[in-house]
Amino acid sequence: MGATIVEKIFSRKCGSDIRAGEVVMAPIDGAMIHDITGPLAIRKFSEMGGKHVFDPKRVIMLFDHQIPADSLEAAQNHVFMRKFAKEQGIYNYDINEGVCHQVVLEKGRAAPGEIVVGADSHTCMYGAAGAFATGIGSTDMGFALKFGALYFKVPQTIRAEVSGKFSRRVGAKDLILAIAADIGADGATYQAIEFTGKTMEKMDMPGRMTCCNMAIEMGAKAGIVPPDKITWEYMKGRRKMKPFALASDADAKYAEKRTYNVSDLEPQVAIPHNVDTGVPVGKVEGTHIDQVFIGSCTNGRYEDLAEAAEVLGKKKFSPKVRVLVIPASRDEYLKALEHGLVEKFVKAGALVEAPCCGPCMGGSFGLIAPGEVSLSTSNRNFKGRQGSTEGKVYLCSPATAAASAIKGEIADPREV
Amino acid sequence: MAAKKAAAVKGKGAKQAKTPVATGGRAWKFGDNIDTDAIIPGRFLVLNTPEELSRHAFEGTRDEFAKKVKAGDVVVGGKNFGCGSSREHAPLALIGSGIHVVLAQSFARIFFRNSINTGVLPVVCPKANTIADGANVTLHLKEGYVEAGGKKLAIEPVPPFMQKIADAGGLVEYAKGLKEVPGCTKSQQ
Repeated sequence: MGATIVEKIFSRKCGSDIRAGEVVMAPIDGAMIHDITGPLAIRKFSEMGGKHVFDPKRVIMLFDHQIPADSLEAAQNHVFMRKFAKEQGIYNYDINEGVCHQVVLEKGRAAPGEIVVGADSHTCMYGAAGAFATGIGSTDMGFALKFGALYFKVPQTIRAEVSGKFSRRVGAKDLILAIAADIGADGATYQAIEFTGKTMEKMDMPGRMTCCNMAIEMGAKAGIVPPDKITWEYMKGRRKMKPFALASDADAKYAEKRTYNVSDLEPQVAIPHNVDTGVPVGKVEGTHIDQVFIGSCTNGRYEDLAEAAEVLGKKKFSPKVRVLVIPASRDEYLKALEHGLVEKFVKAGALVEAPCCGPCMGGSFGLIAPGEVSLSTSNRNFKGRQGSTEGKVYLCSPATAAASAIKGEIADPREV
Repeated sequence: MAAKKAAAVKGKGAKQAKTPVATGGRAWKFGDNIDTDAIIPGRFLVLNTPEELSRHAFEGTRDEFAKKVKAGDVVVGGKNFGCGSSREHAPLALIGSGIHVVLAQSFARIFFRNSINTGVLPVVCPKANTIADGANVTLHLKEGYVEAGGKKLAIEPVPPFMQKIADAGGLVEYAKGLKEVPGCTKSQQ
């Protein structure tokens, strides 16, 4: 019986044949902490008797949720973490680099075949680079920081085979919202989702990141795209590694196989308050919105902003809505700046903020009031996610967000 | 309804040392897909202690929870309890509230693990949805059932490896007992 890519990664790291369902203590290649879950992880590390982290070069620290510090408590958390980084010799990306997951990939801190953990649920995004990456809590992170290893129950895999050609202004976000609606919010609990098929093979890295980012929204432990030419091309200049083959065997045992054809896929919108509620945009067209957020680790890359800018053209955003554009990282921001997107957005009436999580987690700025509605390119529309529990959050692609921001209500990007 | 205090729980916010064998209290009933944002909203994640966090537990979702919860009470959820964020602040907010057991039809992976690690016992009870809000709930962990509102409902055993961590009193205590972690070790779930 062949092995899945996930079983192969664990077998490779452990030096023995590992299969889904087994519980293993596996060495990790990277551990990421940020300003929200980091302070607690550091405390747990100390409580466990930790003196030195397993390898400072493999620990990734950065601040993205509350930057610049938006409260005294946040400022104190930052100071606490900076001190730890200095003591331990950890490089800290601090407040000026961007959203953790984007930065980890950009800096080549997650690579094909590696096991990377992060104290953030969307760590599964690194599967876009062919890594087994999963979100963990702060106590698990304390353990990982101390020992450089962690217990894992090796997950079974759901194979999502994607075929077909995207229609104009339909893309990766629409696909993943449709997959989430199909699999359900808990349909992949304790499993990995492997994205394969002709469409994935052609999809660029930003699109793959969007797909893997949202694997957790189906309860998955990891999302992964088998590394190929596109992956290795992306790794160039970020990480010195010789390309090697890593893919599931043809006779691998999957939990299940699902197929998707994107040729007839329409722009999707997930309605409040769950992520697995994606519907074609036509069903919610005309819905009142107060705020539009284009950004986050899901859709804050240059390509996402370029797509939004293309929909915008020479139009203006509706004065009825507040438009927040937040690039996912400094690199993405600079690219947007160089290509004139920042100027375009600002002239159209948007607020362009420095790279950070923005309103995505509802811990910082850009929150919505009771009764208000946000349309967002981020990954979660839970009740209260972006502020008031009496507010509503809809999720969509950058193209749909831009079209809606122009019209002042939820709109079909194919018609703007 | 007077909450029956469990022997293992000394008071609200008390630190749990070992897995409770039998604990009882009032059922705080929630539905399906209760996410970690509902348990503790993002704006409170600057707080780090169970006591501070417990003051905001379920804020905006069920405001009376923080004021009325008593040590030994039990949170009862439907399917996919604890989905969403990896924030460990969620089980910590429960611990600070004196909650040491969550019963649900199913749990989200990270929350399940965080709970075991920090000392909240997540117990899978396939019929948790039939428990009424306010019912008196007593957990009989060893015997494998929960008594709720006079009825006995089956519970699933905690996976052996997770039970080991729970028995140690959480991952911190478990880790303290380890001198070093041996390379790759396997243990059957």
